Amino acid sequence: MAEKDDIILGLESSCDETAGALLRSGREVLAQFVASQIDLHRQYGGVVPEVACRAHMECLLPGVKRILDEAKITPADISAIAVTNRPGLIGALLIGVTAAKALALAWEVPLIGVNHVEAHIAAARFAEPELRPPYVALVVSGGHTNVYYIPDDATYECRCQTRDDAAGEAFDKVAKILGLGFPGGPRIEKAAKTGNPKAFHWKNSCLPKTGDDFSFSGIKTGVLYAARGQENQMRGPVLLDEKGVADAAASFQRAVVHALVTRTLAVAQETGAKWIALGGGVAANGYLREEMARAAKKIGARVAIPPMNLCTDNAVMIAARGQELLAAGKIDHLGIEALARGK
Amino acid sequence: METSFSLSTKTPEETTALGRLVGECCEGGEVFLLRGTLGAGKTCFCQGLARGLGIPENEPVTSPTFTLHCQYFGRLEFNHLDAYRLEGTAGVEGLEELLGAVGAVAAVEWPDFISPQLPSSALSVDIEIANSESRMLVFSASDARAGKTLERIVRTCSQSPRFP
Repeated sequence: MAEKDDIILGLESSCDETAGALLRSGREVLAQFVASQIDLHRQYGGVVPEVACRAHMECLLPGVKRILDEAKITPADISAIAVTNRPGLIGALLIGVTAAKALALAWEVPLIGVNHVEAHIAAARFAEPELRPPYVALVVSGGHTNVYYIPDDATYECRCQTRDDAAGEAFDKVAKILGLGFPGGPRIEKAAKTGNPKAFHWKNSCLPKTGDDFSFSGIKTGVLYAARGQENQMRGPVLLDEKGVADAAASFQRAVVHALVTRTLAVAQETGAKWIALGGGVAANGYLREEMARAAKKIGARVAIPPMNLCTDNAVMIAARGQELLAAGKIDHLGIEALARGK
Repeated sequence: METSFSLSTKTPEETTALGRLVGECCEGGEVFLLRGTLGAGKTCFCQGLARGLGIPENEPVTSPTFTLHCQYFGRLEFNHLDAYRLEGTAGVEGLEELLGAVGAVAAVEWPDFISPQLPSSALSVDIEIANSESRMLVFSASDARAGKTLERIVRTCSQSPRFP
């Protein structure tokens, strides 16, 4: 368990957000900041990694100074620094990891490398105090689609993952195919509200016939053919009328959510876990929340979903995971590397 | 010297099998530029390519759209890049060192979004949708070095019962 007055500084820079947070005893956020680069990227029409790295560098240390001042904390009060070191965009990760190493060396505090995906699970744990192992967690975002079984706080077992695209990525790409624009998640959810989810027979297309994985690549082709025909592809216009687009959006969303709920429930039933945690940006999808809650109820399980600002990338979750690892004695040395892929 | 070669596949599984065969022909330093619309089968091809490079079967080869770059280690290093999110940008810093490195093979999806950064020696793989499941894959070499790779691929395909 957390020491009463442990204070963890969490740092996050794995993709589009630069974030820092000070967390006391694993429960109380003393101060935090999240600097999103989405507006910056919009200005350039997309993510520009060199711009992203420079923005991380410009935001990180001033942000840390600001939250220390705001929380009236000095470096001497800090118990450990937790930093995302995997997975993510390597150049972006390096900014956070290098800063964390320098601060850990200067302040003489332990350094803890955190897996970003695992931190999304710690966010649910932070948000729902009653959530205790054993539980099952679904992390679903633009870059990740993983189901974990958590037998105890130190152990996160990945039970299912995607074979190809992430679920959030599929939302973005299918929105583009349907001419709905960006960001894909909210646009599809909105269009799906007036559509018939049974109009297209895609329900099982995200569940491969063998294995326990997800696959979100094949359904993309299905939507492409339905929306633009086999000949014209993305060069041609969307052939569906407004109702057709709504039907395709609803059918696609149903297939993705069906796969996510099916795999998560299977792990819950197999392990007998009575809690299901959600994390990642796709956890904002209302249909996923409803369906997961409905399915969980049937097996007598409860669902924990962090508030939206803790579902998207943030540093509170990094500090929360850091606290769990610190309590388990899992401290890293100053030579830790930034890794593009998790493990 | 071969400069162009095309082949059709009937199913996504065949596209993956062709990718594996291409991977088996690699000796290091190859750069593949994959073109084709959303859903054409670029990821299928890359998954096969990775297996042909000796990436273990149980290691998932997933889309690099979000992270831009995924790296794997097999018989050869495999750098899987995706410029989908880079449309209209100045490209990626440090990308050049991943393309054409000795002992490494690179595959770039949506290469036209970062065309100023692409190396002069590369093998293009254009995937066209023929009908629902079948695809036409057109390989073309940009120079003599890529042409040598293409020759190996053509020879291996002609010996394979699956792609005569």
